[in-house]
Amino acid sequence: MNVTMEEHGEIVTLRIEEERLDAHNSNELKVQLLTLFEEGKVKIIIDLSHVRFIDSSGLGALVSGFKNASSRQGVLKLCGLQTQVKSMFELTRLHRVFEIFPNSDDAQASY
Amino acid sequence: MKNQLEMDIRVPNQTRYLGLIGKIGEDIAYTLKNFKNNRDELAYHINLVLTEAMTNAIKHANQNDPNKEVHITINVSQYNLCIKVYDQGQGFDIREVNIIEPDPTKDHGRGIFLIHSLMDSVSYTRCEHGHVLEMNKSLELDINL
Repeated sequence: MNVTMEEHGEIVTLRIEEERLDAHNSNELKVQLLTLFEEGKVKIIIDLSHVRFIDSSGLGALVSGFKNASSRQGVLKLCGLQTQVKSMFELTRLHRVFEIFPNSDDAQASY
Repeated sequence: MKNQLEMDIRVPNQTRYLGLIGKIGEDIAYTLKNFKNNRDELAYHINLVLTEAMTNAIKHANQNDPNKEVHITINVSQYNLCIKVYDQGQGFDIREVNIIEPDPTKDHGRGIFLIHSLMDSVSYTRCEHGHVLEMNKSLELDINL
């Protein structure tokens, strides 16, 4: 999975550089997030602006990351959701679970 | 030929083909003439139900066995979209899978819920070499394809 990582102080932003986040690649995201948590990085922003399609496995990987961050007194936030991707969060009520921001600057400012 | 689009596709039992089949589903949505509603939304929904159904076939029914395959048929008529995804496994009881709204804090169990949410009817039945997940959706095209 192609991911760009940027660190600003304690905050790590992961930009997913893939058109699809699905059952083929979502486990790689889970593993990358676990690696960050093991390094003690628990303030995470996931930038989905390049993701055009997400399925239940992709949503599951994000929920897994959210729960792992929360259990370590951190928080995982999302930004840059395209219209159809956002509608999947609404359909599954996950928009009530995650803090979702228009872009990474807004997400960073919220910490 | 009758005014009907029929596609018959077989792919190896690997998730790397999800994107390819999903893209075919999207392209069908953009090919329909006289579709009255949101075409981008229909394209996403066809992509999604194909992806979810194939993932179930590959991982759960066929248990990631590389020697198995997934067979997909897509049939579009004036009024209806019918997608069938055939696996070669022992199957699972769809009634036992969560078709009600899943707990938002769970990190799995949304696939069948999404299929039920986006399609008008869903069935999972035994067939010759395994099982078939059949999904139907009314298209309400104005005139014809």
